[in-house]
Amino acid sequence: MDWRWDFTFDVVLPKMWEAAGVTVWATVASFVLALIGGLILMLLKTHRSPWISRPATEFIEFIRATPLLVQIFFLFFLLPDFGITLPPLTTGILAIGIYNSALCAEVYRAGFQAVPKGQWEACIALNLSTYRTFRDVIIPQSLPPIVPALGNYLVAIFKETPLLSFVAVAEIMQISKLIGAEYYRFTEAVTIAGIFFLVMSLIAAFLIRLVENYVKRSILH
Amino acid sequence: MVPRIAIVIGLAAFLAGLSVATFAELKMFLPAILKGAVVTVQISVLSWLVFMAMSLIAGVARARSTGPVLWLAVGYIEIFRGTSLLVILFWLFFVMPEFGLTMSPVLAGVLGIGLNFGAYGAEIARGAIGAVPRGQTEATIALNISPWNRMTRIVLPQAIAIMIPGMVNLTIELIKATALVSAVTLVDITYASVQQNQLHFRTVEIFAITLMLYYCFAQFVRFGGDALEERFSRHLSKRV
Repeated sequence: MDWRWDFTFDVVLPKMWEAAGVTVWATVASFVLALIGGLILMLLKTHRSPWISRPATEFIEFIRATPLLVQIFFLFFLLPDFGITLPPLTTGILAIGIYNSALCAEVYRAGFQAVPKGQWEACIALNLSTYRTFRDVIIPQSLPPIVPALGNYLVAIFKETPLLSFVAVAEIMQISKLIGAEYYRFTEAVTIAGIFFLVMSLIAAFLIRLVENYVKRSILH
Repeated sequence: MVPRIAIVIGLAAFLAGLSVATFAELKMFLPAILKGAVVTVQISVLSWLVFMAMSLIAGVARARSTGPVLWLAVGYIEIFRGTSLLVILFWLFFVMPEFGLTMSPVLAGVLGIGLNFGAYGAEIARGAIGAVPRGQTEATIALNISPWNRMTRIVLPQAIAIMIPGMVNLTIELIKATALVSAVTLVDITYASVQQNQLHFRTVEIFAITLMLYYCFAQFVRFGGDALEERFSRHLSKRV
């Protein structure tokens, strides 16, 4: 094995540092998209009319049953056919966001279903407005199970961003591939990419546990 | 479940109809995609075996062992859950030769996917083993049953019934993850369809077929999983 530290510090790390920004941005943007999209999908799925809820259910099932990579390729090649030309990064964020909103919809649904029915009935009995029902009664009770699950999806999204290297987004994995192709040395770049993901995932898991504890403490007491 | 099977049959009929309607064009790219489907199925089956073995071994070690074995299991689980699958695949295929271990693309793909999902499966196995009532273990100790028999004859059969739903979900995730093996130069469905798309520019048809193939795989696994769950839990008392 031959690991060159000078190559690591002079070539790999500076390029990786820039690419890390792209990875983090893609993660955050996709996560926000997934949070909003998941809420919309959940509302559609739990809609009263079966004409709305059935298609939403099947859409979620379809998204969950097909690989994200194929969805990324599909959007990447399909959107230009409709005259929409987006940068690869935006297309990738869109694909990851849609994929994860289908997963988040299930999380939201489980959270809201965990609130006992009597709570809704009590709100009606007390003549609370819809806004106050949600703000003071339903959401505080449904958050504790939702937050850790959403945190898991944040880490999952983070680990899905290397897929964007398939459509040439300059994130960490793509940069390490490029370094490998340019200098024909894969060892340093790919290893550092792996360590980066491991360290960031562990840090994120730790932060999520903090947020989880904070939510539990501040809402339930 | 029944409507899903209906959808699968409907999709198959749609594919058949499509092949009749645009036969000339389909004849060009369908064989390549189906050849990719064979690779996908091969990789899925092989890496499923690695995944199951690793999740049971690491799950039991995580739940029941102490000392170095436990640390080994925790280290394995944390490392493979914490890194991205694509990075692992790249690492196995491009970096391992530096350490004197050259792998064939199939071996790298199967090992990478199997080990990565084994780490997730180990957590499910651990949860399931923990969910087997404690009295069962205590009874085997009271009856002086050896630790090996305690695990294989008493605890695991009950734990497997509990872990099946989680494992079925992970199996579907695993099939979806095989889409990444093109990173180690294998031509699976995904890569075949990208290649065919670059040749023929029939994005909608090619990717619709690809997505449907994956959807059908997933539904068949889900169907099989339901049957398996039924079989494994029929001798157990109904949990509420």
